[in-house]
Amino acid sequence: MPLFGKKETANITYISHAGVKSPIAVPVGDSVMEGAIKNGVDGIVAECGGNTQCGTCHVYVEEAWLGKLPAMQDDENAMLDTTLCPRRPNSRLSCQIPVTKELNGLVVHTPEAQV
Amino acid sequence: MGVVIVGAGQAGFQVAWSLRTEGFSESITLIGDEPYLPYQRPPLSKGFLLGKQELESATLRPEKFYQDQRIDLILGERVASIDRASRRVVLASGAGIPYDSLVLATGARVRKLPDPSALYLRDLDDAARLKDRLDRASRVLVIGGGFIGLEVASAARATGKDVTVVELQPRLMARCVAPVISDFFRDLHRRHGVEILFGAGAPPPPADLVVTGIGVTPNLELAQEAGLPVSDGIGIDDHLRTADPRIYAIGDCAVHGQRGRLESVQNAVDQARCAAANIAGKNQPYTAVPWFWTDQFDAKLQMAGLSGAADQTVIRGTAPRFSVFYFRSGRLIAVDSLNRPADHMAARKLLAAGSTLTPEQAADESFALKV
Repeated sequence: MPLFGKKETANITYISHAGVKSPIAVPVGDSVMEGAIKNGVDGIVAECGGNTQCGTCHVYVEEAWLGKLPAMQDDENAMLDTTLCPRRPNSRLSCQIPVTKELNGLVVHTPEAQV
Repeated sequence: MGVVIVGAGQAGFQVAWSLRTEGFSESITLIGDEPYLPYQRPPLSKGFLLGKQELESATLRPEKFYQDQRIDLILGERVASIDRASRRVVLASGAGIPYDSLVLATGARVRKLPDPSALYLRDLDDAARLKDRLDRASRVLVIGGGFIGLEVASAARATGKDVTVVELQPRLMARCVAPVISDFFRDLHRRHGVEILFGAGAPPPPADLVVTGIGVTPNLELAQEAGLPVSDGIGIDDHLRTADPRIYAIGDCAVHGQRGRLESVQNAVDQARCAAANIAGKNQPYTAVPWFWTDQFDAKLQMAGLSGAADQTVIRGTAPRFSVFYFRSGRLIAVDSLNRPADHMAARKLLAAGSTLTPEQAADESFALKV
């Protein structure tokens, strides 16, 4: 149980296409997408609310962190072929990345546009 | 003046947000009759019932978002009437709010049975009540073998309950999918230990919790009393306008002459975007391809297009991973994909582009599904 109602967090840095850095302490268990949405970080839309249905929470993950992320499922893989900005080897859907303590320090880049 | 939006569900929320992303700078007032910040419904019958997701995670945006975007939220208030002559909505509390453009996103409410003990699943309070009762129940009876009923059945069974589903039609989700998919889900549920009874014949076993999912009926009263034409929904044209050009209707409550009325997140979001563009002066017709999804046990069904008018179907792949392609007069009109997300995404593109895919090509897995 968290003490004094304070949730454990990991620091995630979102970097916009224009280069603006938004460091956010995201509660463990939330997704990287939720960390952005709940804190008003632009660049992630998440139209379907995290159901792998819309491809509007697309991010480019800094290479060093790729290996620490959970493996990609079929539906995420298929959705990434349809994102507005081009898919790259480091593309992920941020709704499919649950924040863990191990991801403290994660850096993701948001694409120029999502819709 | 600006825009007033009646209904703070997925559609209402989206139109407010899209207006700001369109650069609309006048006032936006979003009115909802529930006391909660706008939230999304899909998790209510999926992750939340399974205990995988908190209710608060269904909230679409924190309160600060609305302040930052200058969206005035009026929550826990009902709109009593629309005064079209003076262009204002009147709240139940008596306050009047003027508008230049009005968006009706009033949604739908569940159809009910006479049984007062039955529970339903539509809004946040329903979900909280159902979860609480479900945690204490051991034998669950679900009335209705549509999407909601089957998602509830799947969650209840996954959390260890004895579950029976009663469906009046001879097959599941009969309104929306081909028999081959209905049969797959019947077998899936039975394999997981859910009892499924069809027709009105067999009496259902006793249960300590009855959940009813027999469809919804759109909220039309406000529009009707304002003198706007309604049928199975609030009538809209290609640009999502009602008979009054200052009033739009979107989402579950709106019906278009050819496209009909749809109950889905996609329809709510895409119509909201289109209405926002039109309010911002873009004159955009609504043309989006409908899509839906449902999660039951480990199966994900994704539907693109509307299959109701099909005169031919072909299957690509084999269970438990296959897609049904629906054709009418040789033209592709819909695709239902079972555990084949790539087919679903390809289908959305093909349908949007007006595909010339033939039934033979669709059935041939060596033929790439590309626009």
